Amino acid sequence: MNRTWETAARAACAALFLSTAGAVAQERTAVEEIERYRQALADGNPAELWEARGEGLWKQKAGPKNASLEQCDLGLGPGVVKGAYAELPRFFADTGKVEDLESRLVTCRMTLQGLTAAEARKDPFGSTGKKVVNDALVAFITSESRGYVMNVKTAHPKEAEAFEIGKKIFFHRGGPYDFACATCHGVDNIRIRLQDLPNLTKKGDAQRAYTSWPAYRVSQGELRTFQWRLEDCFRQQRFPHLEFTSEASVALTLFLAKNANGAPYNAPAIKR
Amino acid sequence: MADPMKIRASMSGDKVEVKVLMSHDMETGQRKNSKGETVPAHFIQHVSATHNGKVVLSAQWGPAVSKNPFLSFKFAGGKAGEKVQITWTDNKGEKRSDEATIS
Repeated sequence: MNRTWETAARAACAALFLSTAGAVAQERTAVEEIERYRQALADGNPAELWEARGEGLWKQKAGPKNASLEQCDLGLGPGVVKGAYAELPRFFADTGKVEDLESRLVTCRMTLQGLTAAEARKDPFGSTGKKVVNDALVAFITSESRGYVMNVKTAHPKEAEAFEIGKKIFFHRGGPYDFACATCHGVDNIRIRLQDLPNLTKKGDAQRAYTSWPAYRVSQGELRTFQWRLEDCFRQQRFPHLEFTSEASVALTLFLAKNANGAPYNAPAIKR
Repeated sequence: MADPMKIRASMSGDKVEVKVLMSHDMETGQRKNSKGETVPAHFIQHVSATHNGKVVLSAQWGPAVSKNPFLSFKFAGGKAGEKVQITWTDNKGEKRSDEATIS
């Protein structure tokens, strides 16, 4: 039911914005009201509960090797968490791959804690009654980069390659709706239901969007990570399932993260 | 075991302002899962705040309170450096107490 609605809403997007000036003014007020609602909620952002749980999990010994993740190298050296997220995704020499935060955590849980790849990738996203490790760790690590200026590099050839792949995915049209990410996120003033969609081809929008994930989704009562955001965008486009920590998801993340360069990182945030 | 609460307590004029985030699913008992079975109600029923052993807030809650609830209140008579303790009990008898120092 919900999904059908979304489809209809997307199709109606263009029509809605051809409405009269009065209606547009009213819409703006609604957007401002939602913004006020967000500010009111930010005071007690439940994302802090995930941050606290994540900090505990980071320091807690776990896995067959009974080790904590405190020696995990997030790109700034083993154990350095502060500011690490503002420079991810990046190339890691030990795995020979470009990794984003979530794929790097999978690597660390395998190398440090001795989990198998399947165990480390299992259950990336939480739901009511099911708490998972990934989103809590992401909340903690991202919170340690709050205020750091986004600085994603493409100096390494693999990083430059990932950026180009990410860009291709962003503009690639396909699926039963003949959709691309850019269909919704490459134009100004598009929305789904009441949500304004950022135009990710514009610097300001791209920065505001990327630096506000992960976020606590009030309507779902869960903290949602950036990989979750991408996965759900793929679902909404009726694309094939975007596999958690896949190269495609990392490349797309790198493309979007690099476009946010220069902006101070400001999450975990809170969204409707 | 329930996750810890996040408690902030600070002086606001001559009163103490307390802000609490609780980690709880707050199931109403009205929802159904994907198999059509009712998800059993599970929610916080009682919340109390004490300061120097004296109850400064006592509340009865029900299923209408949101998931991961946020509670903010003020009380008189507290000083910086003193402690505030918050306790909740849910309908399954689970309980959680946490403490914060007034700043």
